Amino acid sequence: MLRDFGPTEFLFLVTSARWTVLLSLLAFVGGGLLGLVIALMRVSPWPPLRLLMVGYIQVMQGTPALMQLFMIYYGIGLFGIRPDPWVSAAYAFTVSSSAFFAEIWRGCIEAIPRGQWESARSLGLTFAQIVRLVILPQAFRIMIPPTIGYMVQIIKGTSLASLIGFTELARAGQVINTITFEPARVFGSVALIYFVLCWPLSWLSQRLEARIARTRGEAVGLG
Amino acid sequence: MDYQFDFGPVLAHWPELLRGTWLTVALTAAATAIGLPIAALLAALRSYGPRPLRWLVSLYVELIRNTPFLIQLYFVFFALPGLGLRLTANTAAILAMVVNLVAYAIEIVRAGLEAIPRGQIEAGRALGLGPYRILRHIVLAQALRVVYPALASQFVLQLLGSSLVSAIAAEELTAVANNIMIVTFRNFEVFGVVTLVYLALSLLFRGLLGSVHRFAFRWTG
Repeated sequence: MLRDFGPTEFLFLVTSARWTVLLSLLAFVGGGLLGLVIALMRVSPWPPLRLLMVGYIQVMQGTPALMQLFMIYYGIGLFGIRPDPWVSAAYAFTVSSSAFFAEIWRGCIEAIPRGQWESARSLGLTFAQIVRLVILPQAFRIMIPPTIGYMVQIIKGTSLASLIGFTELARAGQVINTITFEPARVFGSVALIYFVLCWPLSWLSQRLEARIARTRGEAVGLG
Repeated sequence: MDYQFDFGPVLAHWPELLRGTWLTVALTAAATAIGLPIAALLAALRSYGPRPLRWLVSLYVELIRNTPFLIQLYFVFFALPGLGLRLTANTAAILAMVVNLVAYAIEIVRAGLEAIPRGQIEAGRALGLGPYRILRHIVLAQALRVVYPALASQFVLQLLGSSLVSAIAAEELTAVANNIMIVTFRNFEVFGVVTLVYLALSLLFRGLLGSVHRFAFRWTG
């Protein structure tokens, strides 16, 4: 018994996108907080800590997000707890985006001239004070465009949660496809909804980046 | 936690794991080999082509970069047969990977093209070179050097992203892992081992592509 792909089905897709948005927000906030801590440890004056964070970033960026998701999903199961797709996905995306945020922000922090660190230190400021009062306020402006750009990656990445059975937009698409068997319309609609979520962020990120490049009199791109 | 780790049953499947690893590399290499020339051509069109074509290429890039790879994969695998194009899982996987890679590579190559001063193109024209030779010998030869590192990291991202094609049961490392999981019930161990294989692959290719860079562009200094 096949159903047609009509307004009701489209509406179902749109409403299930709220889980995509919610999961993305969780990963953004969680990953952002964790990522900032990691970025700061990555530029800290203590070599062992720096090395540890280099390792963390290498491992997280050197393995598929899908594997990280599966590891957490099945890892939770080892504790005798029934793994919940929602919790697993939130954890996995927080952890994986933290590594990317750390790497993006490290680049922004290192773009601040070394003289700023040295003069702050010669004024007797501690590492925490230098970061909080001197470096981050200056780095903040150039951190914004790549951060918004990475939000697009997070939103798209949440589609992986469908593979552990979490019903967000991508999985809703699969479900609707199974009952209507109109894959072109279903996945076309799903793609459209993702596009509506992602494109404004991409646009904003590019625009802000271009503005920063302009005010600094540098060429755009080729970072 | 009273779980006993046991990697034995998983490692006993090493011939399948090896085959899966090879398939993952082959899939990524095939998609890159097909996708890069297309991307270079489209990037040139995007920068130097007539306005409607430029616009069309931009539209393609934006559409692909703002939708998940998983959905592109589903579209290719489930929707294209309806249009009369029946694909095996692996062909669909390569096609989807090409479509995805091309969009990202266009943006990367375009940044390289824009780094070539216009004066060089004009100088080429003054020497009597045709548009193809200008593009090939002056623009692309130099642009490739500029964009090589970005393309190399894109290759590694593509390699890691290829794990998603297991969702349509294309044969590669993650699909092999799924099969081993079903027969051993060692879910965590299977994905632990496979995650390490991916890590080794990405470190290996990052190192390898880095050496190629140093070797291929040693003349530029």
